[in-house]
Amino acid sequence: MTWRGRIAAIVLVLLGLLPWYAPWLDAAGVISQKFALTLMTRVLILAIAAVSLNLILGYGGIVSFGHAVYIGLGGYAVGILAHHGFTSGFLQFPVAIGLSALFALAIGALSLRTRGVYFIMITLAFAQLVYYVGVGLEPYGGDDGLTINRRSDFAGLLPTRGPDKTTAFYIVCFVVLVLVLGLVHRLVNSRFGMALRGAKSNEPRMQALGISTFRYRLTAFVIAGAICGLAGALLANHTEFISPAMMHWTRSGDLIVMVVLGGMGSLFGPVYGAVAFLLLEEFLPGLLKIGLTWLHDGVAAVLGPGAGALESWLRLAEYWQIALGAILILVVLYARGGIDSLFGRSRHG
Amino acid sequence: MTLLIEQTLNGIQLGLLMFLLAAGLTLVFGIMDLVNLAHGSLYMFGAYFCASFTAWTDSFVLGALLALPAALLLGVVVEVIVVRKLYRRDHLDHVLATFGLILIANDMVRLVWGPDGRRIPLPAWLNQPIFLTPDLPYPTYRFAVIVVGAAVALFLYWLVTRTRTGMWIRAGASNRTMIGALGINVEALFTLVFGLGAVLAALAGLMAAPIVTVSIGMGDNILILAFVIIVIGGIGSIKGAFIAAMIVGMIDTLGRALLPDLLKSFLSVTAANTAAPALSSMAIYLLMAGVLVWRPTGLFGARG
Amino acid sequence: MAEVSPPGSAGVSPAHERAGGPRSQDILKVEGLVKRFGGLVATDGLSLDVREGEVHALIGPNGAGKTTLIAQLSGFLRSDAGRIEFAGRDITLLPAAARVRLGLARSFQITSVLRDFTALDNVALAEQARQGHSFRFWRPARADRSLRGPAGAALDAVGLAHRADDPAASLSHGEQRQLEVAMALACDPRLLLLDEPMAGMGPEESARMVDLLRSLRGQRTMLLIEHDMDAVFALADRITVLVYGRAIATGTPAEIRANPEVRTAYLGEAEGG
Repeated sequence: MTWRGRIAAIVLVLLGLLPWYAPWLDAAGVISQKFALTLMTRVLILAIAAVSLNLILGYGGIVSFGHAVYIGLGGYAVGILAHHGFTSGFLQFPVAIGLSALFALAIGALSLRTRGVYFIMITLAFAQLVYYVGVGLEPYGGDDGLTINRRSDFAGLLPTRGPDKTTAFYIVCFVVLVLVLGLVHRLVNSRFGMALRGAKSNEPRMQALGISTFRYRLTAFVIAGAICGLAGALLANHTEFISPAMMHWTRSGDLIVMVVLGGMGSLFGPVYGAVAFLLLEEFLPGLLKIGLTWLHDGVAAVLGPGAGALESWLRLAEYWQIALGAILILVVLYARGGIDSLFGRSRHG
Repeated sequence: MTLLIEQTLNGIQLGLLMFLLAAGLTLVFGIMDLVNLAHGSLYMFGAYFCASFTAWTDSFVLGALLALPAALLLGVVVEVIVVRKLYRRDHLDHVLATFGLILIANDMVRLVWGPDGRRIPLPAWLNQPIFLTPDLPYPTYRFAVIVVGAAVALFLYWLVTRTRTGMWIRAGASNRTMIGALGINVEALFTLVFGLGAVLAALAGLMAAPIVTVSIGMGDNILILAFVIIVIGGIGSIKGAFIAAMIVGMIDTLGRALLPDLLKSFLSVTAANTAAPALSSMAIYLLMAGVLVWRPTGLFGARG
Repeated sequence: MAEVSPPGSAGVSPAHERAGGPRSQDILKVEGLVKRFGGLVATDGLSLDVREGEVHALIGPNGAGKTTLIAQLSGFLRSDAGRIEFAGRDITLLPAAARVRLGLARSFQITSVLRDFTALDNVALAEQARQGHSFRFWRPARADRSLRGPAGAALDAVGLAHRADDPAASLSHGEQRQLEVAMALACDPRLLLLDEPMAGMGPEESARMVDLLRSLRGQRTMLLIEHDMDAVFALADRITVLVYGRAIATGTPAEIRANPEVRTAYLGEAEGG
């Protein structure tokens, strides 16, 4: 196995075994067990969404700026059904996936005929359209969102309340991620995947071979939307809440960042990206504080009291989005291949 | 009837404001082929600069006049440090890098001006109604926005079609390698265009500021509307941006004004009030989708 | 004896049998094709026919509209007027990919291969397209012998078998053009449109390409744009001369050589008279 493969396997194993070593970390005072599981569940769910986006963005070259909309659709499917008393997961999840697939079909059919920036803009606009529908849905909370009182019930197979709830749900999300990764792996290496990747590489060439690229890109678009809808349904269960803000175009931007940061067009890249992005979001302020403390102490050693109070330095750590934005710009300019490219080059295109 | 006239004028006012924002965007896009998501941040900075300068000088007009060169300077600095390196990249890279700029901009504003919003108090002479006809009072400030907006629109038209700079700009839009070969300093032209876009965005922001409040991220939502406008109008076309902005301004304003009453006849009051703005926004997106289906490069799109 | 058509009605060859030759059908019939770009008329009422089994060369000075014609024939450009008939079917409005599926394949003047894929992958994709739709989601395509086999054979036929697993981007210019031809062949076309297959090639590579095309003669119908006159006169059964978007003459190489109009418009200019 290549180095890239080994590292991916290690990361997967670390993720999968978390419920078992989290109690140790808790006991060692590193991190609370509940917090770790909750945070990493969110990572897993967004990784699923990022993997689905990578299918069309990384492998298909389709820059969709409205992908977060499917998270919203999946989430609202669960939320609205639960609101009306339909709490069976066996109903909610297929509806979430089906609804997302349907929207992806409609949006894709209209958008995929356009090119370049027009395409980016039209996907963004359609996403905003759905966002505004969510905002306008007053009976379901509108802008304030919708609380979900009961998690999806899978005929009692999954504990929806009580102490095991978090761990069980984490395991479910992990299994879904692994299955989705397996599915995407099969897809991108199949004839379908070749057609899609060829279209990304050189579209006129594909047409000249007799391959009508539109139908394959639309199919990929629908599959990606459906998987992302699944992620949305999982997210709604995780946060027990859904709101239009989860569909805002800046959330779609987050997903794109995850895919690019992790390494576009590689199978495991989006997982790295989701992990990196969410961990950065969570821990960057803390990391900044540590760095600023060192800096302050260093400057104080030279300038004495002229360096100023530590508190005023530390307050800068609140503005960690500046660092995040700068990191993003630097990655785009200088490390475009993302995290995955740090682990070695891939054999095939 | 007066309500209709008033709302129509409001629609024109919003349209002109959106035009200012969209014009800068479509210029940058058309000439440098750059997708600038941070254009909304320039709008935001215009408003914040104006708020500070107005507080300093105790005069809104002075505050506005000082904010513009500040915005120009900011635009030039951003172009030189970051944007310049993006011209050779693909659109995805533009989107990502300017998305990073938005993150930086929002937090910078929070750092300098704090998390709370600002209000810009209007001088008395702008705060009273002006009588367009003896029975038709209209807020003087909104009228001033219309006048200024129309003047800037005419200025842009003159600049692009009648001056040498405008000629370079239009030439650059068709073929930038060629104008470089003709000896024109393409780098400087691009910086100029970006700076011009920054000033237009800032002007839109500071004019909007007394009406909406000045707040962090105020540009992010309106940015999408600006993109919709330039897509409808055709990327690179100022004329297209103008017409599309006017249409969008009218739909949005008239929608928000007339729809609630229309919806109240079969929805609850709260539902009608929540649904109305959402519906007008939706109408705009549907319009864009319709235009793109009929003409994939917008109404006056230059490129095929 | 002379089959050179008078100017103005060029391209409409009599359908009678040529002495000693088999009865040939027109695989491609082009009538009155027009294409304008703003004020420029690139294709000006062009008519042309290609017989099954022949190598038909298209020559003409730069700017005569040869590549524009190929783009219209292959469906990458929509004509403003005129008719294109392929194997008896009107394909004037048919999209490019559909025409390929009917058997009309092309190579590009500016090399256009899938650079991120290996040479074998490139041709395998052509074979995949030939076999039908690509809605197969499960089996890995690279392990599929029904694709790799024919692809390997096609690469072998053009002499690129030793480069099968190399990324297309790493191939030399000449090798990439050979790859283009391999891909076009893998589509199993009834008519092959070749847009300057020897463009940018040195003498050795050109010679190899000419040998390759010569080996295909009789097996494949080809419409060939080329500037290399030696290659053209060596390979072509018939030649059509294009000037300012119109076909001014069609005939065998000998006839074209002898045609005074052609000499003045094209060959003649080089001789200064």
